[in-house]
Amino acid sequence: MIHFGYGVMADATTDYDRNDRRIAEYLLEHEPSVNLCIGCGSCTAACSTGRMVEFNIRRLHTLIRRGETLKLKKEIMKCMFCGKCQLVCPRGVNLRNVILTINRALEQTG
Amino acid sequence: MNIGGKRHIWKDYQKEIAGDRFFYVRSCVRQNFFPGSEKTFLRIMKEELGKDVFENAAHTTCSGIGYHSDVVPFETTMTMVARQFALMTEAGYENFTTSCITSFGLYNEILETWHHFPDVEARIREHLHRATGRTFNKPANVSHASDVIFKFRKEIGAPGNFRLVSKKTGKPLQVVEHIGCHYAKMFPSKGVGGAEYPYVLTGMIEEWGGEVIDYPERRHCCGFGFRQYLVQANRGYSISCTKKKFDSMAPYKPDFILTNCPGCPMFLDRWQYALSEMKGTTYGENGLGIPVLTYEELAGMILGYDPWDLGLQVHQVPVEPLLDKIGIPYDPGRKFLTMDGKPMGQPLAPSHLKFYKHV
Amino acid sequence: MYKNIIIVGGGIAGMAAAAALSEIGMEVTVLEREKLPGGHVRSWDRLFPTLRAAKEVLDFLNKSLGLLTEIICDIEVGSIVPTPGGYTIHCTNGDIFTTGCLVLATGYDLFDARKKEEYGFGIYENVITSADLEKIFREGNQVTTCGGQVPRRVGIIHCVGSRDEKVGNIYCSKVCCVTGVKQAIEIRQMLPDCEIFSFYMDLRMYDRHFEELYFEAQQKWNVNFIRGRLSECAENPDHSIILKTEDTLTGHPLKLTVDLVVLLVGFVPGSSARKITGSLGLLQGTDGFLLPADEHTAGNRTLLPGVFLAGAVKGPACVVDTIADGRATAVEVYRYMKHSEVAK
Repeated sequence: MIHFGYGVMADATTDYDRNDRRIAEYLLEHEPSVNLCIGCGSCTAACSTGRMVEFNIRRLHTLIRRGETLKLKKEIMKCMFCGKCQLVCPRGVNLRNVILTINRALEQTG
Repeated sequence: MNIGGKRHIWKDYQKEIAGDRFFYVRSCVRQNFFPGSEKTFLRIMKEELGKDVFENAAHTTCSGIGYHSDVVPFETTMTMVARQFALMTEAGYENFTTSCITSFGLYNEILETWHHFPDVEARIREHLHRATGRTFNKPANVSHASDVIFKFRKEIGAPGNFRLVSKKTGKPLQVVEHIGCHYAKMFPSKGVGGAEYPYVLTGMIEEWGGEVIDYPERRHCCGFGFRQYLVQANRGYSISCTKKKFDSMAPYKPDFILTNCPGCPMFLDRWQYALSEMKGTTYGENGLGIPVLTYEELAGMILGYDPWDLGLQVHQVPVEPLLDKIGIPYDPGRKFLTMDGKPMGQPLAPSHLKFYKHV
Repeated sequence: MYKNIIIVGGGIAGMAAAAALSEIGMEVTVLEREKLPGGHVRSWDRLFPTLRAAKEVLDFLNKSLGLLTEIICDIEVGSIVPTPGGYTIHCTNGDIFTTGCLVLATGYDLFDARKKEEYGFGIYENVITSADLEKIFREGNQVTTCGGQVPRRVGIIHCVGSRDEKVGNIYCSKVCCVTGVKQAIEIRQMLPDCEIFSFYMDLRMYDRHFEELYFEAQQKWNVNFIRGRLSECAENPDHSIILKTEDTLTGHPLKLTVDLVVLLVGFVPGSSARKITGSLGLLQGTDGFLLPADEHTAGNRTLLPGVFLAGAVKGPACVVDTIADGRATAVEVYRYMKHSEVAK
């Protein structure tokens, strides 16, 4: 192999067909209210964690539903479980259980 | 796929292409990349079609590479282009034909800019006059040389000439056509067939007996994109684009790729070598790669010109399998001889991409 | 009471206007281009947001037309020329009508999806329009791919030909959002194992029950809504379609393969209205739809005496609003006739 000083780069596109959606499927099965999200961002705005560190719960569970789960374990640990997100959700998404379910899914899928 | 749907769109993108008396401007890079192409264009136009094509050795770069790499300001570019128009005017021509796609895009961009901002045109005229004393008329018709070959595709594909058909099976060859981004993506109406389903190369392939492959990444850039390759550290962007296209077209087993831009054939051809050295992957049959042609080379092949006069020996991917498929004769012994018959040296064999061995 | 009112267009606006006029004793003639009245609603299976049969609404309108309405079908208006005291209507078959009072209820056309070249409608067989899908439902057929297979994934594309300067239509077609939600549910009802992906810029659930239908689509039918406009379609060797979009809620470009794509085609100004506008000199908005005398206070009148506008000739409208607008036109016609009578 020749070293050219550059190489083929990984595709940054979310490839829905190839992504591993096991966590998404587990989440949708055990906490289906997550599909009610309309992306309003109330949860992220109310989030206790998000105002101190980079953490966007709305984006996180949307990414999971698309099968993007890289770095998920580290991200999900940031949640302080205060429940304010759930309080403000206009769509009735059970966000505390979304976090718990993701954790359970992570344990089960490794 | 329903071809009728494409024909419906093509109806809306018919452009006027001049028929004779062309002022021809060459590309900066093509004579290095594909040295026989421009010469073949002139040969076809003059010898086969009997057209008047005029060249002026004083014409310069349009500065498109510098412009798209952010090192030449637009004002300078416009003034240089104005000078090309002055050379055309002085020679008594009004049909401007470019060899390069980026030039073609840039000429159109500048004419469009002047159309909408006449004060800019006036300023550029003043710049040119101050710098060179020249004045100019705007061209009556701007075409890319592939438009011109498209216009005369019937004449080139006249009965008795070679066809894009497998000699062995009698079936049409499967062809990937790739259009330079600057051909129609900026101004769809300036390209034959528009930007989404360009017809300029498809028309040649159809006329000459081949079939066009519509593969998913057909619209994707070849990987040229100036800033992607000028700096070595950025070339990963370039080769990643090219790989995306190859991965997408591979299942359709193309017999060759036809292009109309200086950069596309260069990168689609040479990156096959780089990809094979990086990844060990080759495309095409038997590890020989997918041959990549310019439209002039293909037109020359159809007309039965000697492949080595067309410059096919400087391609990275060997073209002989394609010549064999069509049944075009060639002398393997002459492949690496110069015009005056001396050995020009031979490239080293790559580790994965195979050399063609004549049996 | 009053006679010889002509309504051009026998869609639901024209029918509702005719029914209301005949009910208050006015004689009406409706000129309809097609073989039967009902307009675009005739091509619908079930109507949003309640999923009731479109046929029920048409049957109701047909029954309510009354004895004083004459419907002439299969007749196309070529031009309308102002004459002293009224208008002469020249039909393409040579028939001529004269009237002092004219209602234009010529409706709209569907956006020609072929104009959105990058979506490949008319080229890739597995790209169909919402009108095609509605036809499948109405005829009681199975939703299949071009190869006759049951689709495992369907993509529903919002705003095709609407809110898109590239095709010259910057306006919203209003009804496509809820149509997309309705059709997503209907596909799920028909094919419980089929996944649905709806690509939208925003979902304009403006009317009563619309938001509830959207909620139901998410909750009960697990429709996946992905915020992002479709950038392009490409065909795979097996004729499935690759969709490229940005999932704007994650900020990632996203690609996804589906077996069937449904394009939600919007409204464009009707070709019949364009012809008539030319000969009558009616005003058009920048969107190409006809303009009433005053959009707030005289929504059914025009600046021409005795010429009225009803329904989607003025722009995108749903069935509920179109019927109401047809009836509102009847009131305006009645007022006009009454005053012109007094003037005599």
